[in-house]
Amino acid sequence: MPASDPAPQRPEGRPVGRRAFLGIVGVGISSLVWGDTATRWLSGAADALPGPVRGILPSSGWRIYAINPPYPRYDPATWRLQVDGLVERPRSFSMAELQALPRADQTSDFHCVTGWSVDDVHWGGVRFKDLLAAVGPTAGAVGLSFVSAEEDYVDTLTLQQAAVPDAMLAYEMDHAPISRPHGAPVRVVMPQMYGYKGVKWLQRITVVDRIEDGYWEGRGYDRDAWVGKSNDFSKGL
Amino acid sequence: MSAGAAGADGPGGPAVATAPPVRGPAPAQTFPAGARVHRFGGSERAVHWIHAAAFFVLTGSGLVMYLPALSERVGDRPTLKAIHLTAAVLWVTALAVVAILGDRPALREAVRELERFDDDDRNWLLRRGRPRGWRRLIPQGRFNAAEKAHAVVQAALAVLFVLSGVLLWLGERDTTFRLPGTVALHDASMYVAVVLVLGHLYLALLHPPTRPALRGILRGDVDAAWAREHHRKWDAAVVGDVAPDRVRRPGAASVLAAVVAVAAGLAVVVLVVL
Repeated sequence: MPASDPAPQRPEGRPVGRRAFLGIVGVGISSLVWGDTATRWLSGAADALPGPVRGILPSSGWRIYAINPPYPRYDPATWRLQVDGLVERPRSFSMAELQALPRADQTSDFHCVTGWSVDDVHWGGVRFKDLLAAVGPTAGAVGLSFVSAEEDYVDTLTLQQAAVPDAMLAYEMDHAPISRPHGAPVRVVMPQMYGYKGVKWLQRITVVDRIEDGYWEGRGYDRDAWVGKSNDFSKGL
Repeated sequence: MSAGAAGADGPGGPAVATAPPVRGPAPAQTFPAGARVHRFGGSERAVHWIHAAAFFVLTGSGLVMYLPALSERVGDRPTLKAIHLTAAVLWVTALAVVAILGDRPALREAVRELERFDDDDRNWLLRRGRPRGWRRLIPQGRFNAAEKAHAVVQAALAVLFVLSGVLLWLGERDTTFRLPGTVALHDASMYVAVVLVLGHLYLALLHPPTRPALRGILRGDVDAAWAREHHRKWDAAVVGDVAPDRVRRPGAASVLAAVVAVAAGLAVVVLVVL
């Protein structure tokens, strides 16, 4: 159209679209506050779905990721946590034996590497130093390898990392025994690192002299998964 | 949009011999077979394809990071995240460059048409006991009502994607930025956008009555007879506007602004993302 042309008249209509645009943006921004509540409410309706499908849907703020569904089951009568490797007294613990160790309680935030968080989760369990005192790590021990009953899932912490004040082996979550989706009967809790370090459905802890890649580390995720300081293309921030 | 022909007033204006009736069945073919009318200039097409390319790169890399089943197979989250963030920055940068160097009057006109809905649009969207093929009986402008609604929603989603994405990025640095609904908003936007794009692809690539529109976004022009049948209130379709793209030579200030925008985008990618 040459610039000299008069603007042709067209049916005007009303700028409903602009209002809709602003409305959608406004509702979207407000959902930063209520979106989590809404998805919790919606996920209540999704409880009828099979576990693996339900798992990736948000529920109570949690999203349950499993690499090898269905989630492992355990028999409370025969379940034992094996602790071995570079220790003086390798042994296995029944749940009663774990609960006989000094009990630790904490409330901490849980951060997933994919961006969601659950604040103020209560955990009850055992500090690693109290667990290790029962087996006596030998000279040369540098880390703990955590083996899940969910096959192929392992991860590690150095002894220094396992000694941070809020790392623990948990058997209670929010004042109840840990549920099956959250890693029953015991799991690793490491709030200062992303959730993939918190091995669920734990069945064995091996004290090791070298740290190896865990399940996700073998797939390019950072081994030292400190929240806010890892899993970036440039490791240093 | 018209080339100043007699029908420039459009169907809403004075009755002219070449203008078809606004209501009722589609008018008889009055163009030579194979005639085309101009629908989109280079800037409008650039905006479309920048969105399209960004959508597929961002959705692909995002889904791999979002769905554990895909994350396991592909892994390498840091690289995927770098791809995702780089694509996002380049997306916004490219849109800024088009806005600076492109045909701004054409873009403004497109926005104006996209955001305005009249009674015909309302009737088009709200079917009420109409016979089969009823939509063809309701005249539409260059964009039909669903195209307008789709553009409006996608524009809003673009804003929400960027906003929630920035919050996710900040939340990785400082967990106080992890607002309760950030992930929910990014996810919900993705679900809505994917469904809309699948419908958009169906209509653009497969659905026979709407497929002729594809040429418009690829080459800029569409079949004149198709345009007249489907977009009867669009004056180009009425008068057979075949105007080529306007050539606008950007001024020095625009070139400088575009260079600054590109430099800023690349700086963000190099300094922040990588």
